[in-house]
Amino acid sequence: MSWLIFALVFWIGAWALNAWLANSAYAQTRAVRVLIPVLFGVTLLVLWEGVVRALGVSPVILPPPSTVVQTFANSTDILWEDFQQTVFKGALTGFVIGASAAFLTAIAIDRSAFLTRGLLPIGNFVAALPIVGIAPILVSWFGFDWQSKAAVVVVMVFFPILVNTVQGLRETDAMQRDLMRTYAAGYWQMLVKLRLPAAMPFIFNGLKIATTLALIGAIVAEYFGSPTRGMGFRISTGVGSLSIDLVWAEIAVAALAGTAFYGIVTWIEKRVTFWHPSQRG
Amino acid sequence: MRNLLPVLVVLAAIIGIWYAAVAPMNIRVALDQAERAGVAVEPAGSLERRDTSVWRLMAANPGQISAGYALERPRLPTPQQVGQELWKTTGEMALRGRAMSKRSLIYHGWITLQSTLWGFLLGTTLGILGAVAIVYSRVVDMSLMPWAIISQTVPIVALAPMIIVLSSQLGIEGRGVPKAIISAYLCYFPVLVGMVKGLRSPAVSQLDLLKTYNASGLQAFFKLRLPASVPYLFTSLKVGIAAALVGTIVGELPTGAISGLGARILIGDQFGTPLAIWAALLAAAILAGLLVTLLDVLQRVTLKRMGMQA
Amino acid sequence: MNVAQNDKEVPGQARDGAGPVIEARNLDLTFQTNDGPVQALKDVNLTINKGDFVSFIGPSGCGKTTFLRVMAALETPTGGTITVNGMSPDEARRKRAYGYVFQAAGLYPWRTIAGNIKLPLEIMGFDKSEQEERVNKVLQLVDLEGFGKKYPWQLSGGMQQRASIARALAFDADILLMDEPFGALDEIVRDHLNEQLLALWARTEKTIGFVTHSIPEAVYLSTKIVVMSPRPGRITDVIESPLPKERPLDIRDTPEFLEIAHRVRDGLRAGHAYD
Repeated sequence: MSWLIFALVFWIGAWALNAWLANSAYAQTRAVRVLIPVLFGVTLLVLWEGVVRALGVSPVILPPPSTVVQTFANSTDILWEDFQQTVFKGALTGFVIGASAAFLTAIAIDRSAFLTRGLLPIGNFVAALPIVGIAPILVSWFGFDWQSKAAVVVVMVFFPILVNTVQGLRETDAMQRDLMRTYAAGYWQMLVKLRLPAAMPFIFNGLKIATTLALIGAIVAEYFGSPTRGMGFRISTGVGSLSIDLVWAEIAVAALAGTAFYGIVTWIEKRVTFWHPSQRG
Repeated sequence: MRNLLPVLVVLAAIIGIWYAAVAPMNIRVALDQAERAGVAVEPAGSLERRDTSVWRLMAANPGQISAGYALERPRLPTPQQVGQELWKTTGEMALRGRAMSKRSLIYHGWITLQSTLWGFLLGTTLGILGAVAIVYSRVVDMSLMPWAIISQTVPIVALAPMIIVLSSQLGIEGRGVPKAIISAYLCYFPVLVGMVKGLRSPAVSQLDLLKTYNASGLQAFFKLRLPASVPYLFTSLKVGIAAALVGTIVGELPTGAISGLGARILIGDQFGTPLAIWAALLAAAILAGLLVTLLDVLQRVTLKRMGMQA
Repeated sequence: MNVAQNDKEVPGQARDGAGPVIEARNLDLTFQTNDGPVQALKDVNLTINKGDFVSFIGPSGCGKTTFLRVMAALETPTGGTITVNGMSPDEARRKRAYGYVFQAAGLYPWRTIAGNIKLPLEIMGFDKSEQEERVNKVLQLVDLEGFGKKYPWQLSGGMQQRASIARALAFDADILLMDEPFGALDEIVRDHLNEQLLALWARTEKTIGFVTHSIPEAVYLSTKIVVMSPRPGRITDVIESPLPKERPLDIRDTPEFLEIAHRVRDGLRAGHAYD
């Protein structure tokens, strides 16, 4: 019971502190902007820990965060192996191939206004479809190892990046194109000097959407068959064999990997599109 | 309308490429089958053929290429086969009055649609309430917004099995609830972001004008912020419903569900009936198209009545 | 430093003696719009000589911008003839015979000021060291030394517009076409830039085509003022300015100045009488 009270007191205290911080004079400082969400996250963990302990929830159903942390520390070798298999081999390979393919396709079809008009609605539609469903088909085509996972990722990231790139390439205004015309610039000069830089915010938008899709694709594909490693494999077998703490450790890895992946792309975006009004802030 | 012709041409090209790809994709299966039926194929033996490229096989056995277009368990079915399979499990069964049979995709589509709609409702509600809280409270804005973004970078599929285990342990019967939770998880974010943008879209001068009328906070919300956010809301609802459908199918895929379009894909994989997988995929695509189109029509009608769009 | 010294290094500047730089004969241009054809230019005749500063003035829709765009080969006339440096505008464009300044500065936000000025030089294939040299030279010319490393959005509107003029000067074409370059700036900045533009024109001896809708601006800057009127777009008056080349700002209070301004205003009114 004391656990529950502690958790509740912590919650109220943290919320009060956050409320004070957010309305204080320091609200706009960098430290406070980071501290507030961190405090909020910690509160959630303390609540989880408190409730699980106070109500005596079986660790088979929901282990407390402290147990998950322990398991995490004890099984870093397994987690690292799974991470390499799923994130490096499956997700990243697929992401790079899919993104490059989408980028080149976008530049190729962009030369034809007819093709662009035809492909844009279709691409938009396909990007909204539950493409993960093709995972079993691609696993049966490319085998159980990471190649099939990468293939799923390629298909999943292709359309969002394609659509965003095509849209971005159409973003230049008439005056900027006229200016290039007065310099008698050729197609490639126009592309490299004007249209690609102007398209960058859109391309990065597509890339950011694709980071999450890449991990989802790589993990789902493992549910349909994989060698005896990989995050999706460990999660699906862990649920069956009741090693729930390991499953939660894998989920933590997946969450960290997803956030880090997204964070890295965002970091690069900041460097590349520093000039865009949304980044100057 | 201007886009109709290009779209049709591109679609025709895609189907053309699909048909052309069927031959190399299926030649090995076709040759295996022909050999078993006693037809002489070149080279003989499945193992021999494994090291030969598909183009060589096609050149050596031109007579068997057409067989690849009519396989019962093709690696890549033709669009026609997929269409037939879809018709067999929907329209034909409906005509025989068995639309809700467990073998009918209408039944499975209905199961998926239900979860999708519940998830959509839940996700939209959470998204809108969250947006209102974020717009009106700095604490919520500063503590919740970063986590909302982080939540979307977490691959939900990793969590999906746990959500299902947890809800069954908590005594919740059936899969409807966990599926709806997963689909709400994917659906709430676009709605949240869209609504925050929409609620913040009124210009300072418009808000100042209401201040000169001494309007209350509630009046400002209902007379200005809410109407101003409607175009943003519909745009994000369209994204949200597609995401909700993806969520439901993700919830059905890896977890041994027995009904729903995702489950059909899973079962098709386990029983080695690729046509069933393709038909279920096509059905999911059609469902997504219908849902998004429905919201699009709703958006046009609403905005027209509000006088925001001609 | 005199920009004109480098003229021979630039392609497309084969001069044919002292002949006219731009010559338009019976020029017509009709746009096909959804509301039927619109005659933007009708029977336009004009000769611009080397070193002229020509202003085009008139109400909106009179075709002054369209005429400038025809000279730049950004629009194609539907009738009549026009030559730029003795060739067709499109040939002149491909030989990079002119620099164009738009109403908005249109600087690329992802390039520094120096990077923006380098843009045409990169496209035209100048070598690296010469690019640097020219950038420094034109930055000096428009009084922006020391701002090369700044990004456009870190500069005021007037400075941005000066940078865009520098960009048009960088490759040293001997024609400068300016489409309401100071239209979006406030009066004080505009006066200052007008003064600077005159000084620049005196130093570089370029031929300038300048679109404006401000009468004092047109009179203050030009050696030749072309008054245009709309529906259909046509020239109603061409005024050769008797003002001296040396023009301090207070020349705007002299009787000569006011007299020309009057004539321009009369021309504009006459054009409107058709409505």
